[in-house]
Amino acid sequence: MNALTVQDLSFAYGPRQALCEVGFSLAPGRFAALLGPNGAGKSTLIALLTRLYHLQRGEIHVGGHSLRDAPRAALKQLGVVFQQSTLDLDLSVEQNLRYHAALHGLSRRHTDLRVEAELARQGLNERRREKVRALNGGHRRRVEIARALLHEPRLLLLDEASVGLDPASRLGLNQHVRQLCREHDLSVLWTTHLLDEVHADDALMILHQGRLVASGQVDALVQEHDGDLGRLFAGLTRPTATGAPA
Amino acid sequence: MNAYWQCLRGIVLREWLRFVLQRTRFLSALVRPLLWLVVFAAGFRAALGISVIEPYDTYIPYEVYIIPGLACMILLFNGMQGSLAMVYDREMGSMRVLLTSPLPRTFLLCSKLLATALISLLQVYGFLAIAWVYGVQPPAMGLLLALPALLLVALMLSALGLLLSNGIRQLENFAGVMNFVIFPLFFLSSALYPLWKMRDASQWLYWLCAVNPFTHAVELVRFALYERLAGLALAICLGLTVLFTLLAVLTFNPQHAALRKPG
Repeated sequence: MNALTVQDLSFAYGPRQALCEVGFSLAPGRFAALLGPNGAGKSTLIALLTRLYHLQRGEIHVGGHSLRDAPRAALKQLGVVFQQSTLDLDLSVEQNLRYHAALHGLSRRHTDLRVEAELARQGLNERRREKVRALNGGHRRRVEIARALLHEPRLLLLDEASVGLDPASRLGLNQHVRQLCREHDLSVLWTTHLLDEVHADDALMILHQGRLVASGQVDALVQEHDGDLGRLFAGLTRPTATGAPA
Repeated sequence: MNAYWQCLRGIVLREWLRFVLQRTRFLSALVRPLLWLVVFAAGFRAALGISVIEPYDTYIPYEVYIIPGLACMILLFNGMQGSLAMVYDREMGSMRVLLTSPLPRTFLLCSKLLATALISLLQVYGFLAIAWVYGVQPPAMGLLLALPALLLVALMLSALGLLLSNGIRQLENFAGVMNFVIFPLFFLSSALYPLWKMRDASQWLYWLCAVNPFTHAVELVRFALYERLAGLALAICLGLTVLFTLLAVLTFNPQHAALRKPG
């Protein structure tokens, strides 16, 4: 069963079409990169995947559960790291994690176990009592990943999670998420507009002006387009005259 | 069921932690009504003689009269500040975390309202304790009986705050709430002067005060503080709490809120 299936997804802000018949799927344990220039529709897609927006047309299934018909079961399978930090800066690392566990209805005992496990996994045990405000950008992202994984989802969604980090932290975060993906059979959807965050064996989707213009494994797609990801991306995301999906 | 309880507990605990961390918020919530009690009431005591009115058994000093109004003033400001926090949470993104919970959205919003209301009650009882030391001492049983009345009023005003926050597009627009909601609700009510005084001054002002929900909130608390039940006020406050909550939940749409700049 796929970790994520998106079928025929369309969404419009009034007369402006933001997504048009987008469809793809993500196998369990795979790292998938969703590339797209600014305004491509990535944020709209994330808002739909996290049920912040209501579905207008199309279907989303997370871990086999329909987001439209069984949102509770679907959201249980989903962990999210948003582009903009959503941590409570005045609360400690542990308080932030416990708040999230409560929102997912985890029992106290289960929360204790999960908080311990995630703090250890993210290397944050020493800093658990520190206020989030005292952490640097890289560590804050780690707290957000720990939080997103607390309820043991099958799919981790990271929306431009590396934005605002220095190059070393950016690389570290990318490697760390890949390791989680490999070692814990976690599916990852990593949205970005930075090509160096994408590896040859990743699944790749390229979104442009609300349409999915490429989908497949990176090395196969690159081979079809002169052997270079940069040229592939530039070629597929060239602005059109209208700036809207055709 | 346990999942719902854990979720409610987590939301209330978070509000509590934020409240404890923001001590200045607690102090400023107390300073406002205390200034009214100590300074304003002292100045107006002579000008505004209070006759014997229900639920009081005898003539009362002006300080005694305005205590329920000032307690409700704390709830009014907190309810509106709750709406400000909601708009802030929306802009800062923390509302998104709440909404990715698998529990029903209606439950999440009602839990948030209850959490705000409970924190407000702490502030009200802090104020009543200081007023007690100052010399305004309602019956001890009245202080206990006022608890459910204050909770109901806190919920009503928090729900109103949430309803308003759904209509506020940006943080900057909150100043309008101050001028167009808080001040009219407070001054056109029985918080500072009994309605018969208002009727003497102007019939239409009296009617505005009489239909103001805040008047009924104040009277519900005033009667409860003196161990009496204000039936009409209770019915109105209950009805409006349900109405405001329903409207707030129905009009809540993160689509307006979460991503103002779709990408």
